[in-house]
This record gives sequence, C-alpha cells and structure tokens, in this order.
Amino acid sequence: MTAPGATQFCARLLRRQLLLAVRRPVEIGNPLLFFAMVVALFPLGLGPTPDTLAGFAPGVLWITALLSNLLTSDAVFRSDFEDGSLEQLLLAPQPLFLSVLAYIGAHWLTTGLLLAAVSPVFALMLNLSVPALGALVASLLIGTALLSLIGGIGAALTVGLKRGGMLISLLILPLYMPVLIFGSAAVQAAVNGVPAGPYLAILGAMLCLAIALAPLAMAAGLRISIDA
Amino acid sequence: MLAARSLCLERGGRVLFQDLSFDICAGQLWQVEGANGAGKTSLLRILCGLSRYGFEGQVLRYAPLLYLGHQSAVKALLTPRENLTYHVSGEGRYQHEQVESALARVGLYGYEDVASHTLSAGQHRRVNLARLLLSDSALWLLDEPFTAIDTAGVADLQTVLASHVEAGGAVVMTSHQTLEVRCEVRSLNLSAGMSA
Repeated sequence: MTAPGATQFCARLLRRQLLLAVRRPVEIGNPLLFFAMVVALFPLGLGPTPDTLAGFAPGVLWITALLSNLLTSDAVFRSDFEDGSLEQLLLAPQPLFLSVLAYIGAHWLTTGLLLAAVSPVFALMLNLSVPALGALVASLLIGTALLSLIGGIGAALTVGLKRGGMLISLLILPLYMPVLIFGSAAVQAAVNGVPAGPYLAILGAMLCLAIALAPLAMAAGLRISIDA
Repeated sequence: MLAARSLCLERGGRVLFQDLSFDICAGQLWQVEGANGAGKTSLLRILCGLSRYGFEGQVLRYAPLLYLGHQSAVKALLTPRENLTYHVSGEGRYQHEQVESALARVGLYGYEDVASHTLSAGQHRRVNLARLLLSDSALWLLDEPFTAIDTAGVADLQTVLASHVEAGGAVVMTSHQTLEVRCEVRSLNLSAGMSA
C-alpha cells in the first residue's frame, strides 16, 4: 500500500471537495442568488431606462461577480481548519502546492463556473447587447478562476482568525482590481464592436501567473495560520 | 525514526521544557506525561512539523509519520467510508474491502454509509482508529488518542498500538492513563523537567 502520487492525491482532494459541496447545495446556490439579487438592485437604483442599464451592464455584472466571489472565498479552508483536516493536509507527503490548487479548482467549479454559465440571463436583464454575451462568459470564466486563486491567498492567511471576513476583503480587494479592469474592459470592447481578444489574453496571462504563484502564497499562508 | 535535539519551548514567559533530546527508534512506545499545560501537545506539534517557529532546537524526521491531534479531522458531511477513502493526509489508496474491514474492526460496522454528523464524538474517534489500522506510516504521533473512547475501545486501541510497535513501528503518545500493553513503555515526563 503506497502513498498515492501527487496527481492522484489532487484528484482525490478534488472529488472530496466537490462531494462536500454537493452535500451542501445551499453553499453553491447562495452566491448565485446573491448575484441575482444585486443585479436586480441596479435597475431600482439607476432607473429602468434600457439604455442607461446597457451602458452600466459590463461594470455592474463584473463587480457583482467579484463581490459574490469575495463572499465565498472566506470558506475555502475554514471548515477544514475547524475540524482539524487542514493539519492533516499540511502533513501529507504530497506537495502542498498541488493540494491547494485542487481546493481552488473545486472552489472555482462550484462558484465561478456556474456564475459564468448563468451570467447571460442576468446580462439580458440589464439589456447587454447580445454579441457581447460571448465575451462576458469568456471573461468571467477566466476572471473568476483568477479571483478564486487570489481569494484563496486571503483565505489561507485569515483562516486562523475568528472573524476574518472584513480582513480578507481588505487584503484581497486591491488584488482583485486588475482583474476587474480587464474583465469589464473585455465586455465593454465587445459592446463597442471591438475585438475582446486582447483583454481576454491579458486575463489569461494573469491567470497563468496566478496559477504559478498563488499556490505558493496559499501554502505559506496555511503553514503560518496552522502554526499560530 | 525521529530525533529531537535540544528542544526548548517557552510560552508566555514560562519555560515548558528545555534541552530536551531523545531518539525514537523502531519498536518503541513513548508516553509523554505531564500536567495540563506542561507542553505535551506543543511537543507533539513540534515533532510532527506543524509548529515550525517559536521553539529552539532541531527535529530530524526519518520516517513517514501519522499524526492524530485533538480534533478528529472527520468531515461531518461525509460518511466514515468517504472520510477514509478521501482522507486529506495523503496516505495509501485503500481498497473497498480494506476500508470495510477496518471500520468493522473499530466497531463501526453498519455505520459505514451514514453521514458522520449523526455519529458521536467517540465514533468520530473510532473513524480515526480505523485510519491507524489502515496506515502504513511507521511513526505514529498520537495526541490523547483515548479521549471519548469507551473502555473496550481503549483496550482495543492499546492492542493496536502494541502490535504496531511489535511490527517495527514506533508510537509517541500523550495520555494521562496508565498504559496496559504487552510491550515496554518509555516515558517522557515534561513536568519533571528536563529528563528524557
């Protein structure tokens, strides 16, 4: 009976996290519901004129997606910290770099992916032009993965704190900004009939960078949190 | 399997232990003793590598280790079977039958597929016992393994510990109970100060 290799272990963690998420469907539904509620607030605040809404739509959708991701980031490692699973994860012989990547992967699959999938419905609610929908979904797919990775750093650093919610926002919101800028710019470009490709490429480049670096920060953050 | 070299730990201005050196070899069972607050848990966390700062000295680890802390690390939303199959400690890939027989052995027969949040604290502990049975790590670091386990379970666990030691493994555990095992128990008393 040998220890599983790093990739097998990652697959095991991924399945475990997805299973846990499926066992608690409320946690999957809540961010989507939050997204729907906040998007529904904007016509009330800005006035229901279709043209006004269409003008704000790229920014509104992206900011809402970002906030909904922020809400769920805090929970990535929390329950594992509370029941002691995190200690066991840190002691596992497999590299922590890949393990945290599996956690983030599961987080993205249960939040960002679903959000990107339902976003066209809300985009139409805000009268976003139909040709821009593709850019919206693509930018959200890449962008939410990026947000999950950045959020994971904050989650790892604050997991040892009783009330980490506010601190995590302060820590990671500044890092969310570049994602927001290029994400909403991609949608805006598509609305204006300009190719969104360059913006998506920049998002993709940032995602590559985050995949390479964020797990290092998360692993270090978790070790500090467990040590304290 | 594990060597500690002049460990020294200070918490809140109090020296818990200093210049603590010992070697843990295959076939040994160590019981860490000491009053509450003597630093038993801190010592185990240092030995397994969870605490990496805030102490002096050096720990050398030569064997794969298994650590059981105060918290059971049993996920309430998963069943005992899933808890073992998808365990985060990165140990072996267990066959279906292995998990089944380990759970039966620790008295969780019939509970394999019920959600763990319906189980008691003692039963959560027993899931961890099943982990010990399945484990192929040579060195076990157990922090109060008898907590919440009934008398029969304690006796059973002591048998498991003894057979692990006899099979060439090593165990370091904290407990306030007197061990009744068929192998020699080495004691590491933290209250007495620096002896080892």
